[in-house]
Amino acid sequence: MDSYQDIIFKLKKYWSDRGCIIQEPYDLEVGAGTMCPETFLRVLGPKPYRVAYVQPSRRPADGRYGENPNRLYKHMQLQVVLKPSPADVIDQYLGSLGAIGIDLRKHDIKFEEDNWESPTLGAWGVGWQVMLDGLEITQFTYFQQCGGIDLDLVPAELTYGLERLAAFLQFKDSVYDVEWAPGFSYRDVRFDDEVQFSVYNFEMADVTTLWKLFDLHEGEAARLLAEYRKLSETLTEPRTLESGSPSVDKARFPLLPTYEHVLKCSHLFNTLDSRGAISVTERVAVIARVRKLAVGVAAAWMDQHSAAVAEPPEAQAEAVR
Amino acid sequence: MSLPFLLEIGTEEIPDWMIEGALENLRSLFVEAIGGDLGASVDATPRRLVLRAQGFPEKQADVIKKISGPAVTAPEAAVAGFARKQGATVADLQQEDGRYVFSKLMAGRATRDILADALPNVILKIYFPKTMYWTAKNGPHFIRPIRWIVALLGHEVVPIEIAGVKSGNLTSGHRILSAQQIPVAIDNYERKLRENFVILSAQEREARIRAGIGGVQDEHLLRTLVYLTEYPTVISGSFDREYLKLPAEVLVTVMKHHQKYFAVYENGQLTNRFLAVTNTDGDPDGLIRRGNERVLRARFNDAKFFWETDQRKKLADRLPDLAHVTFQAKLGSYLEKTERIQGLVKELGGDPAAVRAAQLSKCDLTTELVKEFTELQGVVGGLYARVQGEPEEVWTAIYDHYKPVSMEDSIPRNRAGQLVSIADKLDTLRGCFRIGLVPTGSRDPFALRRAAQGIVKILVEAKLRLTVRQLLGGDAKLEDFLLDRVRYYFKDIRGFKYDEVNAVLASGWDDLVDAEERLLAIQAVRPTEDFEPLAASFKRIQNILKQAQFAADGGSIDAALLEPGPETDLYTEFQNVRSRAVKLPYRPALESIASLRPKVDLFFDKVLVNAPDPKIRQNRLALLHTLLKEFSIIADFSEIVTNG
Repeated sequence: MDSYQDIIFKLKKYWSDRGCIIQEPYDLEVGAGTMCPETFLRVLGPKPYRVAYVQPSRRPADGRYGENPNRLYKHMQLQVVLKPSPADVIDQYLGSLGAIGIDLRKHDIKFEEDNWESPTLGAWGVGWQVMLDGLEITQFTYFQQCGGIDLDLVPAELTYGLERLAAFLQFKDSVYDVEWAPGFSYRDVRFDDEVQFSVYNFEMADVTTLWKLFDLHEGEAARLLAEYRKLSETLTEPRTLESGSPSVDKARFPLLPTYEHVLKCSHLFNTLDSRGAISVTERVAVIARVRKLAVGVAAAWMDQHSAAVAEPPEAQAEAVR
Repeated sequence: MSLPFLLEIGTEEIPDWMIEGALENLRSLFVEAIGGDLGASVDATPRRLVLRAQGFPEKQADVIKKISGPAVTAPEAAVAGFARKQGATVADLQQEDGRYVFSKLMAGRATRDILADALPNVILKIYFPKTMYWTAKNGPHFIRPIRWIVALLGHEVVPIEIAGVKSGNLTSGHRILSAQQIPVAIDNYERKLRENFVILSAQEREARIRAGIGGVQDEHLLRTLVYLTEYPTVISGSFDREYLKLPAEVLVTVMKHHQKYFAVYENGQLTNRFLAVTNTDGDPDGLIRRGNERVLRARFNDAKFFWETDQRKKLADRLPDLAHVTFQAKLGSYLEKTERIQGLVKELGGDPAAVRAAQLSKCDLTTELVKEFTELQGVVGGLYARVQGEPEEVWTAIYDHYKPVSMEDSIPRNRAGQLVSIADKLDTLRGCFRIGLVPTGSRDPFALRRAAQGIVKILVEAKLRLTVRQLLGGDAKLEDFLLDRVRYYFKDIRGFKYDEVNAVLASGWDDLVDAEERLLAIQAVRPTEDFEPLAASFKRIQNILKQAQFAADGGSIDAALLEPGPETDLYTEFQNVRSRAVKLPYRPALESIASLRPKVDLFFDKVLVNAPDPKIRQNRLALLHTLLKEFSIIADFSEIVTNG
């Protein structure tokens, strides 16, 4: 029987063998692997890309103090993005299940319609939830739009729920009984996180402080986006290619850090939500605030990269320096 | 020679609920494109849409096209030039009507070519509620990526290409159980699929599931599973009896909506068994069963956890929490909505039980169970109210108050539930109309049509004699909207003829129970021989009055001015019928009105309405007007469409 980490190793190896870059988890709190720049920004534009990474995903409202055997504040997703999606993408996906020891001839697998939409990211796609013997093990999405932008190439995004998959493979009724590594259960590794973050998110998080943080991050992201816009406007004047010119400034503009502030906002929003601090009406408005930033970053990113493509190589080299 | 045709559009899994519509659409697009039916039949699995037809000619018939050339008087060079252009000599030309003419033989196009031209359009035009692109931004749109195409005319491939996929004779079997590239011919296609664990016929898949289930209670779930599987096999599983302590509604919702299982009943009681439909040829090791049982156990555990957590706070104590649940930004919280519903229930004459039910009706929105299983709103409230000792009349009213959720659904079972349901829906309608959230076209995000239909259905079927217009708070737009729903209900749901519905509603729809009685009466009397001719006469009367610009207050009948004979006869008969009809139920009243027909006919035959003496003319018009007015209480007969 494979341990939790064995399953992860095997999946990473499988996708590495199929041309994926194996990334490490993004080092900020995210609600889903989709939000990492490796997905959110890389799916934009015409450049092919293939990447796989495990992403701990935090959903404050799903915390259950470690009491519910199937629900976690923080769960792990294996995120695979194949851009563009190959014609045999489903066969490749099914192959990955074989690679972790699931003999599909002995199981029941179904693809049930499940379209995905993230209002905060201005993103949506169509696809399925993949059901294995009645258990949803993967979310399979063909992205159509991200950050409000129609995608040039259509990426396939495969999101595996690793805890569920491991519990399934190890015949465990509770996630906490999953063997993480020989001699160590999931409980040994993660139980304290679940309890303490549930306590914090539901009981102790200071709403005023969280709102303040939200406003600060929102302000910083908005300030940076405004700076980028200013830069773009000066660029409508005749271009110069000397170092320090607006075009070079644009290429090195810190959009990735801008996006991190957006991610912070998103996570703070989730925490406030789990704290019961956001009414239904407010909810829509706050989601719109985050989306505005996310869409702004996506548009700026597209602009930054199309500018890089359009310019002569010397300018790009200049920009990199 | 006549050729058969096969088209298989191989895709990734199509959403089950879209398949039947897509097939119907595919068939009609195909028939339209080739300009004939040719026995076109369709079938599908989740991964293929299939169309088959027979009797295609190999090619279209040749035709001779006459091409007109220069006049016979034209110079020789011009004539020779024309012949050369047609690839002929002057000797090949004929003369017709003073011009040279060349008869050109146009070879009929090969059917294969015609189909090759038409098919890509047919395929890409199939309507799906939501499509995607998958090759690139400007690529074709379809419901899911097209991965293979089989297109055969007789033994030949009809060459087409969509999204880089070229048609051929290779199909694909079951995703897991078979090979993927299987050569097929038209006559072995279905057999080859079967050998590769694909049952093409939806009917046959359905029969297989039915046989495995034995007594299906849920046709909708069955349809779903027919189109979720290519090779359906039913397996049976069980769960710990301990979970049967949870309400059956919760267990069934988990099984049916979340897991797509059939619940199993014995003597009307839910048992601890379930039936799952797999897309496999069996489960020899019991692995699939055990997997499904494990998932169900986890789901039931969640439900149990929520059920127990929710019990810690009574429904009534949750009322203040509704202040934090928004109904609609401009319409306030659910607490405010609850207060309005309570007020309306009182207005509608609800007793204290109904008012109590209204007060608790929305409290379950703050429970964990409803947050998890939103489709159980109302039901959960009812169940909690029962456990918490509310009287039966109250808890059943809470339980039922979202009913009817569709036109097939039943209405709330008791008066309290009916009133709360009407009040809730009325409040939504009135509120949304007031702030301008009026449904347009297919956009109806607050399901106002369903709400209005629900009200109509309850009023009629619960025989509630409430004055409809009074309920609507004097909003003219809302009145039109509801009238539309009343019409829809009687016509489309109840199957009354449209003109009967129009006739009855034109005579008033304040009391829908009464409107239904009038409709039933008309429906019953319509086939009798006097009815339609009389309706025609009423229409004639209406036209006469309109032409004469007769005002509604154009005077009363002066009996002294009536001419003996048909006119007096009609008047006398009218008075008789009137005095009889008012005391009668609608049906005999209508029969009695219909019996007036010979007198009306005779009147029109013998009497000149447009009499030279204006006094007499006016009196005759008054007679006709009275006739029309008095007998239009049941229905406006001029709305009845007659053949005469």
